[in-house]
Amino acid sequence: MIRRKMAATVLAAGAALGVSAQSSPEAEIAKYREALAAGNPAELWEARGEALWKQKRGPKNASLEACDLGKGAGAVKGSYAELPRYFADANRVMDLETRLVHCMTTLQGFRVADATKRVFGAGTNRSDFESLAAWITSESKGVTMNVALDHAKEREAYQLGEKMFYFRGGPHDFACATCHSESGKRIRLQDLPNLTEKAGAQLAYTTWPAYRVSQGELRTFQWRLNDCFRQQRFPELKFASEASIALTTFLARNANGAAFDAPAIKR
Amino acid sequence: MKTRTCATAVFAAIAAIAAGCAGMNDQETSQKALEVMKASFNERGQAKLDRLNQDEAQKLCSKPPSQELAKDIAAGIEKANLASIRYPADGRLMGDWRQGERIAQSGIGKQFSDDPKIPAGANCYACHQLSKAEISYGTIGPSLYNYGKLRGTSDAIQRYTYGKVYNSQAFTACSNMPRFGHNGILTEQQMKDVTALLLDPGSPVNQ
Ligand code: HEC
Ligand code: HEC
Repeated sequence: MIRRKMAATVLAAGAALGVSAQSSPEAEIAKYREALAAGNPAELWEARGEALWKQKRGPKNASLEACDLGKGAGAVKGSYAELPRYFADANRVMDLETRLVHCMTTLQGFRVADATKRVFGAGTNRSDFESLAAWITSESKGVTMNVALDHAKEREAYQLGEKMFYFRGGPHDFACATCHSESGKRIRLQDLPNLTEKAGAQLAYTTWPAYRVSQGELRTFQWRLNDCFRQQRFPELKFASEASIALTTFLARNANGAAFDAPAIKR
Repeated sequence: MKTRTCATAVFAAIAAIAAGCAGMNDQETSQKALEVMKASFNERGQAKLDRLNQDEAQKLCSKPPSQELAKDIAAGIEKANLASIRYPADGRLMGDWRQGERIAQSGIGKQFSDDPKIPAGANCYACHQLSKAEISYGTIGPSLYNYGKLRGTSDAIQRYTYGKVYNSQAFTACSNMPRFGHNGILTEQQMKDVTALLLDPGSPVNQ
């Protein structure tokens, strides 16, 4: 039923997107959001993620329900608004993806290589991570971002992330800051958020994951980083790597104080 | 140096305090960040790990734009980058603006998702307004509409324009504009063609 209704709205909204090439992409997205008021296709990923969380899987035939995302085993509500954070059991800072890999290996018995075979989905080949992230983040909708820097390793991750944000390299001399440190700029017609200002960081961070209309996929913050590094002409960011944890810590912390508002819908 | 990171922490004072000025100093943090990055990327396609090896300008420019460079350091960057510019042996700096327009439109090149056999574009439109007809342009750089009409095509302007495309930092330390010749993004002929796009009286830039 949900699927049916949604397919129809997506079509209608898609048509709305097509008509006026003149108006700005923002206006188009606003229209699209309106058309989808009844439901964001991200809900399909959320439903799949919730089922995956509860399903007994892996060599140990266990569900993820005992996974501790920081607020105690099995506590999902509000957890994403406090990630990344330091986990004593692993003695390191982890973002959502890293923690999920940890739980899939420790609780379910997957090997890391098997757990991370498909980190980004394409069409019918969906990624478990995108689905799980959709559901887990949806359980933080409306919760105030509150990433702590209490532990020394959390402070270190933040500082490293800040350095990486300004790190220029590659054939184009680009850093994140090249595209994201001035307000009111755009590249071609795409508005570039100023991630060095609180408001910009908050708006950007709290709206990922997002259903991407242009791709017909649910994409996570992890994917956003990966794709910006591609445009930055850097090599490929490893999934759940230290650099991605550090950058995510930097940006998530800078979004503190804003209400988390994803899964969202974007261009 | 130690206070640098703290002073430039862009967010609420709380963040700066919490981030702590007690741990690593600025240089140690940079060093550690580089180590962590080197372990966090996979080579893919043409994008190898050596892309994380910074040259002098990249190192000095890895800072918030609000944090100004000392005058002598900026001058040093410009001098070294100016010295890197290689002007064409045949002395001709203007090619075909029609080719230049294609190069200015194309965002292909150097990404791990790009085929290295296909010549790179420059995507000037990503950052600059150029012609009146192309409304899909970015605003990271200044508008270059009527660039040649306003400045003429003297030898000095031609040299400056070709040189700017070859190595933007020869004239502006830490410019956000890529160094297309210096870093081997564009060929000599391609740089001649975009120079013509900016300067040729027949180019759409100058209508
Ligand atoms: C060459 C330009 C470029 C570079 C370099 C770049 N980005 Fe982006 N970034 C973009 C563009 C363009 C978008 C918007 C894409 C869109 O709207 O579809 C974007 C979007 C984002 C967003 C989402 C904003 C939102 O509100 O949805 C985040 C977060 C982000 N970038 C972070 C980063 C980080 C962190 C880095 C460095 C690792 C980086 N970017 C490097 C061009 C860049
Ligand atoms: C990623 C952004 C970016 C791209 C891509 C880019 N530029 Fe720029 N450009 C800038 C910025 C920022 C400035 C202003 C700072 C400076 O002068 O270096 C600039 C300045 C210039 C200037 C100097 C203008 C003056 O008033 O003297 C010229 C000429 C120019 N760009 C040409 C080009 C051409 C031609 C291309 C494509 C081959 C190009 N740019 C691609 C960002 C960019």
